[in-house]
Amino acid sequence: MIQRRSFLHTSAAISLLGLGACATTASIPAKAKVVVIGGGYGGATAAKYVRLLSEYKIDVVMIEPNYNFVSCPISNLVIGGSKQLADLTTPYSGLSSNHGVTVVRDTVTSIDPSKKTVTLSQGQSIAYDKLIVSPGIDLNFASIEGLKAASESGQILQAWKAGAETVALRKQLEAMPDGGTYAIAIPLAPYRCPPGPYERASQVAWYFKTKKPKSKVLILDANPDVTSKGPLFKAVWANDYKGILEYRGNHKTVAVDARTNTVKFDVQDDVTATVLNVLPAMRAGQIALQTGLANQANNNWCGVNYVTFESTSAKDIHILGDSIQIAPGMPKSGHMANSQAKVCATAVVAQLSGWEVNVAPMLTNTCYSFVDDKRVVHVASVHQIGQFDGRTTFVTVPGSGGVTAAATGATELEGVYAMNWAKNIWADTLG
Amino acid sequence: MKKQTIWNILTVSLLALHTVPAAAQDATTINLKSLAATCANCHGTNGKAFEGSAVVTLAGLPKDYIVTQMKAFASGQRPATIMHQLAKGYSDTQIEQIASYFAAQKK
Repeated sequence: MIQRRSFLHTSAAISLLGLGACATTASIPAKAKVVVIGGGYGGATAAKYVRLLSEYKIDVVMIEPNYNFVSCPISNLVIGGSKQLADLTTPYSGLSSNHGVTVVRDTVTSIDPSKKTVTLSQGQSIAYDKLIVSPGIDLNFASIEGLKAASESGQILQAWKAGAETVALRKQLEAMPDGGTYAIAIPLAPYRCPPGPYERASQVAWYFKTKKPKSKVLILDANPDVTSKGPLFKAVWANDYKGILEYRGNHKTVAVDARTNTVKFDVQDDVTATVLNVLPAMRAGQIALQTGLANQANNNWCGVNYVTFESTSAKDIHILGDSIQIAPGMPKSGHMANSQAKVCATAVVAQLSGWEVNVAPMLTNTCYSFVDDKRVVHVASVHQIGQFDGRTTFVTVPGSGGVTAAATGATELEGVYAMNWAKNIWADTLG
Repeated sequence: MKKQTIWNILTVSLLALHTVPAAAQDATTINLKSLAATCANCHGTNGKAFEGSAVVTLAGLPKDYIVTQMKAFASGQRPATIMHQLAKGYSDTQIEQIASYFAAQKK
């Protein structure tokens, strides 16, 4: 109890009332105007911006099981060896001390959309007027035979949620003898972070090239071709990692054999590697699935009204980030989740204040990929509300967006911008 | 239990306060803040980037300067790695609104 209490950061509003002494011993509030589930790029940004945009008049409780925010963007550099996990770790304390968000270190075990309550792991419940659900992805281990057991034993890792597993994968690569093979298996799109697997393969290839030159990287992609920044990655692979990195499309993983460290495909021949990094199919986070919010694409992703990010199946529940059914050209990325969170926060503040909701919100996406320890390529886009297939949705603004110019390819200048992007978005999300 | 009761009383009184919106705040204001916040991912909340950031702080820059630079990025007159692609995503009206907002922010 003491331990949990110490991680409760109570509202600055309480301190303003001269009861700051209660701040470290207060119980979990029974009610909040806005409850946010998940402290990733989506949830943390939403919590902060509801406070900012309401001029600190709307109380926000954010429920998140982890002590600190660990960024997925930049985490492939930990696997490559040029960054440490601490470099991409930010405490949640800024949300409470700077913005008066009540951060509860716990997990939501259920949502009752009719009673408008969430229940925590110890049975306490919190009532809400508005619920913002930003649970990230669920890895669907059932999509690959044998993967669940191999993952739980620590042998075949995913490391697709940054944290201890990121470090564990790095240790497997360090322990691998020179002359070994690292293979990454990629599921069919959509999945979290489209260019992420190719960035990771590039990071491992850079590590091998500099430290274990007899070793190989193998990309086993269920998709027919590289799903993001294809020509840019391929140029780097041809110029810098020739003979080290090999790409194979149309390799859909169906099973793994942990005994022999083998991957099996629906059509292609089996592949055996020294270090296997197998990513299963992905879907909306568990709490969204069990609440019935995942009502799109075979009940894998959550349908939302894009103007408010309110669920198409549950009133006053808004969903953000990787869990949602994407609009055309909308990636599942941290930057996009941050952008969505601001649109959602604006709509939630307007609705709670009795104001009309903005019908023309905007989103941006900026995504940098490191191809070694310093050089970077990007993709960027700007999105506005429009019509697609007879539906109101986000569409990319005609003429906007693009990727790193082919003529320059990966540069150190973009590497500088990428690290500056990271520091600024971490502050925008959590500071 | 006692603490819980205190909390409930506080929550109720805070909720009562929340029902009175501030005069300065309305839908137009938050929509403008929200539009400007599409820049914050890279340029910092309210346009304030971290100390020493290679991505510039927009807060406190003159309005005309921001408008001119955004148009120069969009036209290709000012070379960039990424800003030419992003600048093309905003209308002239939106650029004016964003520029006014950041010009009014303290550095």
